Amino acid sequence: MDFILSLITFLPLLGALIIALFVPGSDPDSSENAKRVSLVTSIIVFLLSLVMFSGFDKNSSDFQFIEEFLWLGFFNYKLGVDGISVVLILLTTSMMPLVFLSSWTTQKRVKEYLIAFLILETLMVGVFVSLDIFLFYVFFEAGLIPMFLIIGIWGGKERVFASFKFFLYTLLGSILMLIAMIVIWDISGTTDITRLLKYEFESEPFYILGFYIPSGIQTFLWLGFFASFAVKLPMFPVHTWLPDAHVQAPTSGSVLLAAILLKMGGYGFIRFSIPMFYEASLYFQDFIFILSVIAIIYTSLIALVQTDMKKLIAYSSVAHMGFVTIGLFSFNQQGIDGAIFQMVSHGLISAALFLVVGVVYERTHTREIQAFGGLVNRMPNYAMVFMVLTLANVGLPGTSGFVGEFLSLLGAFKVSPVYAIFGAVGVILSACYGLLLYKRIMLGELIKENLKRIDDLSLREKFCLYPLVLLIITFGIYPKPILETYGATVADYVLKFN
Amino acid sequence: MIEFLIFGPLLGSLISGLMYRSIGEDVATIFTTSIVIVGALVSWIIFLDIIPVENGTRVIFDWITSGALNSQWAVKIDSLVKVMLVVVLSVSSLVHLYSLGYMRHDHNWNPNENYKARFFSYLSFFTFAMLVLVSADNLLQLFFGWEGVGVASYLLIGFYFKKPSANSAAIKAFVVNRVGDFGFLIGIFLIFLYSGSINFSEIFSFFSNENKIKLLGFKVEEVICFFLFIGAMGKSAQIFLHTWLPDAMEGPTPVSALIHAATMVTAGVFLTCRFSPLFEAAPQVANLVLLVGVSTAFFAATTALVQNDIKRIIAYSTCSQLGYMFAAVGAGFYHAAMFHLFTHAFFKALLFLGAGSVIHAMHHEQDIRRLGGLRTKLPITCLTMIIGTLAITGVGIPLSYYILGFNFGLSGFVSKDIIIEGVFASKNSFNYHAFVFLIFSALLTSFYSWRLIFLTFFGSFKGNKDDFNHCHEPERNMLIPLVLLSVGAVFFGSFFEFDFASEKYQIFSDSILLSKDNTILKDFHYVPALVKVAPFFAMLIGLSTAIYFYVINPGYPRIIANQQPILYNFLLNKWYFDELYDFIFVSVAKRVGNFFWKIGDIKLINGSIHGLGLFVIPYFVAMASRLQSGFVFHYALVMIIGLTAILSFFVLSFYSL
Repeated sequence: MDFILSLITFLPLLGALIIALFVPGSDPDSSENAKRVSLVTSIIVFLLSLVMFSGFDKNSSDFQFIEEFLWLGFFNYKLGVDGISVVLILLTTSMMPLVFLSSWTTQKRVKEYLIAFLILETLMVGVFVSLDIFLFYVFFEAGLIPMFLIIGIWGGKERVFASFKFFLYTLLGSILMLIAMIVIWDISGTTDITRLLKYEFESEPFYILGFYIPSGIQTFLWLGFFASFAVKLPMFPVHTWLPDAHVQAPTSGSVLLAAILLKMGGYGFIRFSIPMFYEASLYFQDFIFILSVIAIIYTSLIALVQTDMKKLIAYSSVAHMGFVTIGLFSFNQQGIDGAIFQMVSHGLISAALFLVVGVVYERTHTREIQAFGGLVNRMPNYAMVFMVLTLANVGLPGTSGFVGEFLSLLGAFKVSPVYAIFGAVGVILSACYGLLLYKRIMLGELIKENLKRIDDLSLREKFCLYPLVLLIITFGIYPKPILETYGATVADYVLKFN
Repeated sequence: MIEFLIFGPLLGSLISGLMYRSIGEDVATIFTTSIVIVGALVSWIIFLDIIPVENGTRVIFDWITSGALNSQWAVKIDSLVKVMLVVVLSVSSLVHLYSLGYMRHDHNWNPNENYKARFFSYLSFFTFAMLVLVSADNLLQLFFGWEGVGVASYLLIGFYFKKPSANSAAIKAFVVNRVGDFGFLIGIFLIFLYSGSINFSEIFSFFSNENKIKLLGFKVEEVICFFLFIGAMGKSAQIFLHTWLPDAMEGPTPVSALIHAATMVTAGVFLTCRFSPLFEAAPQVANLVLLVGVSTAFFAATTALVQNDIKRIIAYSTCSQLGYMFAAVGAGFYHAAMFHLFTHAFFKALLFLGAGSVIHAMHHEQDIRRLGGLRTKLPITCLTMIIGTLAITGVGIPLSYYILGFNFGLSGFVSKDIIIEGVFASKNSFNYHAFVFLIFSALLTSFYSWRLIFLTFFGSFKGNKDDFNHCHEPERNMLIPLVLLSVGAVFFGSFFEFDFASEKYQIFSDSILLSKDNTILKDFHYVPALVKVAPFFAMLIGLSTAIYFYVINPGYPRIIANQQPILYNFLLNKWYFDELYDFIFVSVAKRVGNFFWKIGDIKLINGSIHGLGLFVIPYFVAMASRLQSGFVFHYALVMIIGLTAILSFFVLSFYSL
């Protein structure tokens, strides 16, 4: 178990290397082999992460499975996990086999496609296991590149524009984070996250050029990180890259974007911004609450009038991420518990929703809502899956969506009832756009000629969707396995705040 | 045993819904039906104390735990739960049984389509969710059931998913309920914020101690109850949040009987009774509850006068009766509210199933202007529906309490009259006004209920003659529920009055907690005799007017409608609530959404950010257009340049520091 984190992180990279080196040619047989290699790799990684999970001590809030050594004399390679990162790693590794399964029908540049995804897995897991800020930065930034490629090469008609928009937004945010990291290193003399979490950054107010800086240097550092995480999450008003990216990305790209990449923003907030710059976070609490509430209401209303399925789900994602930020910045157990749960739950639900869109896109090559109607007549299994997911997205109790939303709002309510009440309006709006979407696509008579021969879920699609549906319901009824994994970690954080 | 009661229907639902292809639709539907019937029998055994069941809570497993928040899946047993178990399971089992016949042939489906198992699966799922709701021992589980019945209702209203009107009605029901749920959620948050718990016993013990907490200038109990009541208004279709209930009639008729008459819509009443300890400490909200209840009773009764759809009339009648129940809650007379909930479940389910039997016989004709004279063709249906009407309008022997020692009459007579008496006797500031409105609503109730009977079963048939000649009584599966429900409609009032509402013998002492100065259980007996007989005379006036309008002088209603076009249209269009809401909310939401999207996102945000990047973007766009050559080398090159740039920046900054 000594190097299990490194193993989980870099095994996908090894898989990518194997495909690149040992699966020659681009004929159907070799692409088939490449697909098998990636699927098997991702399953092994998933099993390994389960092994890691089984050895994880839930009652401890310390980092576990720590690996540390110096590389090239200056590069501090340090890995480790606490409860929060464990659940996000599990989310990532469990999503990958589904991603490979769902992209089984890809025709274009199959090998490169798979390699991009395997590299992306390494980078995503890397983000969650890094215990050194620069190591974190490398993983965090490098993750952009495969995603940029996935959208830019395998995307839809306007893929190049969307991929650049995605790349530029996130990159520009990250440059500010990099500067903040360098300053952190300068001040504290360390890049080790475990030590930084104990370090107290100056928060005495001061004046600079006549401007009052409320929480001192923490303010600047906080803003630097905020720039990056707000774009990544995304928060209002820097969310507009997401709908474009989702619409253009191929199905599996959307799945990972929604399920994992967005979560890095939330993870960043809870790993860096809040514990390291608590005074500044407290100062910016109202600011975050306002942005979250705007995100929830504003994007829900926009979702209501969308004509493209993917865009609608993308806007709904932004609204759901609003619950994450509102929960995180309530700084109490329920709020943070809820926010992290919401990240996991939204990961499952949005991934499944994008897969659901992918199913009909593959059959009809359109995502226009108007092009559908009455699919339930031909696709009963699909209809059932879509219904459960719609309800989960709406936050129905009994699905995982409820647990996250309820706890985050409850946490926020304890701190600031007014914002929580506005946030709860999202509960009504999500029902509107969710059920309306379902109605327009699934219900009514099946009139459109091209849909009259459409097929229900194939076995492969069932393998992708059923596990997600099952998890969404299981965690809705019995969320304890997730909640207790990071409960101690969060409790420790909350204790420190008080 | 209790666990079986609750999880049996879930099992039935899953088996019927997921496995009907392998076991066949008939097996699936009969299986679910038998589970619920067994459940109903057991619930009666528990209710009548044949096998005593201890009060208490059985924990099943943990649900959401986070810090101080601790909720479990649990089954609570007390008198309130026992009553609700009987109501839910009895009506549900009869509706299951009835549906075996009603859903057998349905012209909405093609012969090769499977729909029966799905229908029964939804029905059983509803039953499960409703049972979870009533047996909850904490707010979260109650909320689960609350939303669960909402979903079941959504699925069943939209059961005929090929009909656009059904789909719209389903969404409307869900969304309007969500507005109520929004209030309910805030109520839950407030309760947790102050009492630090969401378990009923802990909440009540916290609030039983005098606290002087003020919130927004009110007692904290007032604020909490206000938000809980908003939730109750949504679920129980009270005025302003009622618009979904008439539309919900798009669902198959057995659904209307079970969900939109007997059980789900009474969940709001149940909630307020469950939270009687808090409502008792919130006199101003109690006033509001009374006001809303009375307004709904009156508003819905006026609307029902002129509706022509047989189901919509009964739907407005339900709405109105729910108003009576809330009036009782507002008067602090929770026992009467539960009593009326109990009796209403039986006679209203009876009326709906009777209407279903008419609709079934007439090939889905629901307009009473195109029916008539059906008593010869459907004698049993006609008789049972008349029994239901006698019950709802409150037929009985006035003042029999003084002679016999109990109120002798059909169930509605007993339960509705004690509500009216209770409201009169309550210490509320506008109890006399409320009393007058309730009496007037009782008159209207009698009028519209008899109007329905006369137009449907008496006079001459006004539809297609062929339909009339071919129509016949439904099969036995459908008649048995009608007969059994009639028995309830006739006897349950007099029979159970002492259990529900006598000061000495009432069973709710373990669940409904009255404050010390609430003596309604005693007071309602000591109202003037005139008050006691008033509902009876109101019923007689309504009945005789209906006889005059629809039997003696059938042309008269038209003349009145022509004389009073404004009033007539106002009522016919249900006080224009739908139009108003459409104008205020629906169209505005869409316009705002479009504005945010096209102006906010695209013009403002994208515009300004892209403007900022004016110097960066063109460069990349130029590069992008070159990239579109599709040459993989270019992509790789860009990536390598990007990666190198990031890495070198990172390494350089390292050394420079």
